[in-house]
Amino acid sequence: MTGYIVRRILYAIPILIGVNLLTFALFFVVNTPDDMARIHLGVKHVTPQAIAKWKREHGYDKPLLLNPGRRGLERFTDTIFYEKSVGMFAFRFGRSDDGRDIGYDIRTRMGPSLAIAVPVFMLGLLVNVSFALLMVFFRGTYLDFWGVVLCVALMSISGLFYIIAGQYLFSKLWHLVPISGFAGGLSAFKFVILPIAIGVVSGIGSGARWYRTIFLEEAGKDYVRTARAKGLSEPRVLFRHVLANAMIPILTGSVVVIPLLFMGSLITESFFGIPGLGSYTIDAINAQDFAIVRAMVFLGSVLYIIGLVLTDISYTLVDPRVRLE
Amino acid sequence: MMPFKPVLLWTDLLIFLLFAGVAAFALYVRRHEHLAASWRRVVRDPAGMAALVVLVAYVAIGLMDSVHFRLPLANHGGETGRYYSAEVLSLLDVVASPLREHVEKTYSAPFATHLYAKEAIVLPDGRRIRGYPRLKYGGAQLAHPERERGPDILYTALAAAGKAALLWALLGYGLVQWLARRQRRSAAAVWAAMWRGGGEIPWRSLLATLGAILLLVFLAIGLGPKYHVLGTDKVGQDVFYQALKSIRTGLVIGTLTTLVMLPFALLLGIMAGYLRGWADDVIQYIYTTLNSIPSVLLIAAAVLIMQVYIESNPDLFDTVAARADIRLLFLCIILGVTSWTGLCRLLRGEALKLRELDYVQAAQAFGVGHWRIISRHILPNVMHIVLISVVMDFSGLVLAEAVLSYVGVGVDPSTQSWGNMINSARLEMAREPMVWWSLLAAFVFMFGLVLAANVFADVVRDAFDPHAEARRIPSAVLSRLFGRRPDGESHG
Repeated sequence: MTGYIVRRILYAIPILIGVNLLTFALFFVVNTPDDMARIHLGVKHVTPQAIAKWKREHGYDKPLLLNPGRRGLERFTDTIFYEKSVGMFAFRFGRSDDGRDIGYDIRTRMGPSLAIAVPVFMLGLLVNVSFALLMVFFRGTYLDFWGVVLCVALMSISGLFYIIAGQYLFSKLWHLVPISGFAGGLSAFKFVILPIAIGVVSGIGSGARWYRTIFLEEAGKDYVRTARAKGLSEPRVLFRHVLANAMIPILTGSVVVIPLLFMGSLITESFFGIPGLGSYTIDAINAQDFAIVRAMVFLGSVLYIIGLVLTDISYTLVDPRVRLE
Repeated sequence: MMPFKPVLLWTDLLIFLLFAGVAAFALYVRRHEHLAASWRRVVRDPAGMAALVVLVAYVAIGLMDSVHFRLPLANHGGETGRYYSAEVLSLLDVVASPLREHVEKTYSAPFATHLYAKEAIVLPDGRRIRGYPRLKYGGAQLAHPERERGPDILYTALAAAGKAALLWALLGYGLVQWLARRQRRSAAAVWAAMWRGGGEIPWRSLLATLGAILLLVFLAIGLGPKYHVLGTDKVGQDVFYQALKSIRTGLVIGTLTTLVMLPFALLLGIMAGYLRGWADDVIQYIYTTLNSIPSVLLIAAAVLIMQVYIESNPDLFDTVAARADIRLLFLCIILGVTSWTGLCRLLRGEALKLRELDYVQAAQAFGVGHWRIISRHILPNVMHIVLISVVMDFSGLVLAEAVLSYVGVGVDPSTQSWGNMINSARLEMAREPMVWWSLLAAFVFMFGLVLAANVFADVVRDAFDPHAEARRIPSAVLSRLFGRRPDGESHG
């Protein structure tokens, strides 16, 4: 087990290096620091001096990969690649283009993101699995049929609609919750309740239908027929046999996203004014702050790879046949 | 001399290529029984048929909007040749020119005759008051809008509905006669069978959907030139026209993205599964790396970089439309690059399985080359996976466009798209009373396309996926639910 995890982590390193090189290529080779400076200075103020000044202020005034003006190790370390990309492996994200410490911003914004993402994930899983089980329990009846119709309709609605309609109904018309904003501590409740509810509802369509497919596939297998033949009640068949055996596909889809919960939801957070990592990313994209986008790309990849490892480990917990060697 | 100058945008070219490809594929399917059998299942499903009709309607509008040209300017001095307007128009623009040209001052509600905002009005006798001024076009034919508007709308709508019903009845009659002649039965018998929903092809669901679409089309033709059916937006443009124009953008993103990604996914996926060894390792490494970057961020990064490129090379694009078009194409490519990994992994798994099968082993033993085995034995046997994933991805991509445009990394702001409509209308949410029609129009049009695509994708998956048999609810249950005769089922 320990050996397996160590091997998986070692395997993750080349992937992270690949991500790093790719982001480096995208952000510095395709799109040179001069271009970045031009974007930030605006059309009017572009002079070679202004570009040079902007690059110096933001630390982009070094050679990309190799600094021939230095000696020894500094030939490699005094470059943009070392300063801006390699530092990410130690989670040194540097400063954003407007001078703020990205690492500090990420740490403070993680909390609000999690306050929404974790409940949405847990409640969503619970609601989707329960709804799917209900449909499977009544499979082949009108309830199942209209359940599927409802799911297909729900998943055909744009996620933006849920948010806009929810804000309109609950905040504007009925004045039940504030339209947007955030506060620390217990008072956060009234700010997060609506985003959480909307997050859960907008996921029901695709989620419940996906789980229903998984459960139906399990329910058609021989061992389920055997269980029924020996006289087990239908709820017992569903919960003890079908649900337990459907855990593997459920885990494949859900454990991998757990670490990514840190990243928050771009759209929800920006609509509801939650100061989390999602709105941080959106603001950075709109302000064309390449340093923050770069940091978030790297952070997202790290979290995704952690999710993959967690998925593998979770298999051993639910399936006694799986041994990680 | 041509009365207009045709313009072929990049996405137009790809759309027409895709259309030709689909037509060629349809011919190919007709000649190959094993493929035709699966498609027959799709066509025989009532829900699938209804979804197909809706999709065809959307595609027709999208294709009309893909024929672009530039009209000559009215006053071109000298004889040394014509000058063409810088504005690129499409066939749809010409057909819907009343909608395009009826531009009001600012917001107006659906079917309104007055503006949505108070303004200073100069009365005929020279006095100035603050009030809601009349619209230039919306309901302009009415002398007393407060009294005549309701009856006028009702009358126009009824006339349109009458025309639609007439055309629909004619089509239905023609269909019954044609079927009767083909099946050598009496027209009454054919009609009765159709009404019950029996028979091989679900004509009833086809006709019902067609009727609904005809009704909408005629309502649009009747009411569109007289009123702003879905209101106007901030700069007074007709919202219904915007929603129609957005169809092409949605379709382009849904189809071209998969077209762009297909060659990568096919080639790399099959190579990884079939060749194994180091090729497999390299390809797996590539797609795991790409996959581990959150897709929204990768798209955002790529779009930001593309913006910089376009801004630093403005002379490459001669018209605004060409510029917006190249951005749309870039977006498709970027979306394709971020979304091919899933299909690639599926294809790798399938190729791994297929290469161990007897016929592939036999081909190898006979000394058939790798490329020949891949193209003759592996490729045809993974096509159902490709097809299923292409139709399943379509609706997700249409929805993704709206979200990406909201984030600011979607299509060009000058391109009409549902995402841009939502994005600009969102800012007016705080207005009192609320401007809701742009949002609603975008959501309804998007919902129609996505719902049809989802239903169609489901039917296609059930028809092509060999595992779907296990999930399928027994046909006896279905016939109880829908009153279908069990023999109407194609499988079973």
